[in-house]
Amino acid sequence: MSENLLEVKGLKKYFPIKTGLFSKTIGNVKAVDDVSFNIKKGETLGLVGESGCGKTTVGRTILRLVEPTAGDVLFEGKNIAKMDQKELKKYRKEMQIIFQDPYSSLNPRITVGGMLTEILKFHEISEGEKAEKRVEELLERVGLRKIHARRYPHEFSGGQRQRIGIARALSVEPKFIVCDEPVSALDVSIQSQVINLLQDLQKEFGLTYLFISHDLSVVEHISDRVCVMYLGQLVEIAEKTDLYKNPRHPYTQALLSAVPVPDPNNKSKRIILTGDVPSPANVPTGCYFHPRCPKVFADCSSIHPELAGEGGHEQSCLLFPDSYPKNVKAA
Amino acid sequence: MEDKETLEKQKINTNGGLTKEQIESQKEVGVSYWSLVKHQFRKNKLAMFSMYIVIFLVFIALTADFLSSSKPLYASYKGETYFPVIKDYLNDIGISKWSPDMINVNWKQLDNENKLESVVWTPVPYGSREIDLKNSLSPPRGDHYLGTDAIGRDLLAGLIHGSRVSLSVGFIAAGIALLIGIALGSMAGYYGGKVDLLVMRFVEIMMTLPTFFLIITIVAIYGSSIWYIMAAIGFTSWTGDAKLIRGEVLKVRNMEYITAANSIGFSGKQIIFRHVIPNAIAPVLVSGAFAIAGAILTEAALSFLGFGVSATTVTWGSLLNEARGASNAWWLAIFPGLMIFIAVVTYNLIGEGLRDALDPRLRD
Repeated sequence: MSENLLEVKGLKKYFPIKTGLFSKTIGNVKAVDDVSFNIKKGETLGLVGESGCGKTTVGRTILRLVEPTAGDVLFEGKNIAKMDQKELKKYRKEMQIIFQDPYSSLNPRITVGGMLTEILKFHEISEGEKAEKRVEELLERVGLRKIHARRYPHEFSGGQRQRIGIARALSVEPKFIVCDEPVSALDVSIQSQVINLLQDLQKEFGLTYLFISHDLSVVEHISDRVCVMYLGQLVEIAEKTDLYKNPRHPYTQALLSAVPVPDPNNKSKRIILTGDVPSPANVPTGCYFHPRCPKVFADCSSIHPELAGEGGHEQSCLLFPDSYPKNVKAA
Repeated sequence: MEDKETLEKQKINTNGGLTKEQIESQKEVGVSYWSLVKHQFRKNKLAMFSMYIVIFLVFIALTADFLSSSKPLYASYKGETYFPVIKDYLNDIGISKWSPDMINVNWKQLDNENKLESVVWTPVPYGSREIDLKNSLSPPRGDHYLGTDAIGRDLLAGLIHGSRVSLSVGFIAAGIALLIGIALGSMAGYYGGKVDLLVMRFVEIMMTLPTFFLIITIVAIYGSSIWYIMAAIGFTSWTGDAKLIRGEVLKVRNMEYITAANSIGFSGKQIIFRHVIPNAIAPVLVSGAFAIAGAILTEAALSFLGFGVSATTVTWGSLLNEARGASNAWWLAIFPGLMIFIAVVTYNLIGEGLRDALDPRLRD
């Protein structure tokens, strides 16, 4: 077992709902509500969930692009969540992010080369001619050409822009990259190219990824382990093969049943969830999933399950006695 | 026929068998946003024409002393060669000095008495303050191309020298307004929260100050000076720019490249100047062009009322004022009014051209 590169403990991010003349807080949107997980060195952890479940906020709070409300983020044992800005600057180099939208993630007024040399200079990696050479290396590494350094972002296609985004993340030689739906905005043929590039880079530089996506097949392809998120909480975390073959949480089962299978004779039954995702400003009592759960029973509406389980496969569902909180006994 | 075809094929092959797009993708330097805007602006004929007029006006303002002066450009007197206009400049800077007997020479008198061996006058051989009582209220004719005012000052000379005041008021007042507006507006938009609240309340307070009456008050207390006018217009007209850039910054700061810049660890200052302002400034420049026109108009109005610049300074507004006392002298009303009209219209047309060039929806 290799050591943990990143440990997230009890991470919370509440966005206050303010109203009136004096901005009185009348409630909180619990975007991330008590999330804990570890990522091992060199591993890819997939993070899946519906839109609005807090996946992106998890990624951004880890990097302190959004200030966490509570919780710890330990990167190589150092608590990122409690650092001051000066100390944080050193760790900016270690952790990077690749964005979903390749169109809004590049500054349209700066050439690609200009953007990269600025970063290299800022982090005192290299300057002048050396930096230019490094930029050319970076561009070629992500499958672009040297001359692209002098171009502006609007002169590239979506796939090329995403490669530039990857080059930007790589430029500071990080150990950990949050991939925030890096392929969701690309068409399918380009998706596979970008995913292969990410995998090659991981092998070459020993990178660790947190791969956020709503696309289960992409996550299955790239991840070692997968967590499933619902309403700001993790509902299941397991090795990839384990999770896809033997999903425990009814929500995970429903999600997986919705993945299209390229076989016309396949008659697997889709689990259709009723109702909408509840508002994260007003979450249900007990298990957050119980109003929509096909396997709901009495305890679900009053007891909030905990993430627990055997053999590295954890779930938070009262169908499994492990998940009962310690002070409450299973019925 | 076949030969022709093979010839054409060879022609294509000289490009190394590359398609047009491939050649396009090999070009060395990318096309920046501003060069696209420039290209788009150039297509707008009216705006380009206005641009040339402004360049022409700026040229006139810069070379006013060489276009209109009471002294000749070149004169030969008692065997010596003089360049009186240039000499005046050097004298003002302190590089060279008029000899005592030459400083108050009336060159025109010398020329009339045929004492100059040779002389080259400026195109308009009158200074803006040169009084010629014998030729008062002369209509446009002969040596006074656009006529004279009640005390015989040449109108064309006045217009040429007045362009300096009008244009510099426009540029400097709009410049002050832009600087303050961009600084406060981008701070309010980027930092938000309490900073935003404070700045925007300050903007609202400033908006209640009527520029015109503020300037009249300042002039009443401190006396009239062109600098007070520039400053007063600048310090009261930035509110629109501030609100405009605040809105743009609010839009830009939610773009992912700002988050990306944050993830690199850049400081707030670096992000504002390098990433936020360049992306938010375009619409403010448009309002800047309109602001120049507004400032020119305000200055003209103040000078017309006599509140503006000191009595010895000639501006388009003060020339227009002369027309009040001489209702028969139509030229005193028409020509300065026309100059103000041209300057204001051209700046507005440039502003509009810029606005269209910046709008991606109008691009083809």
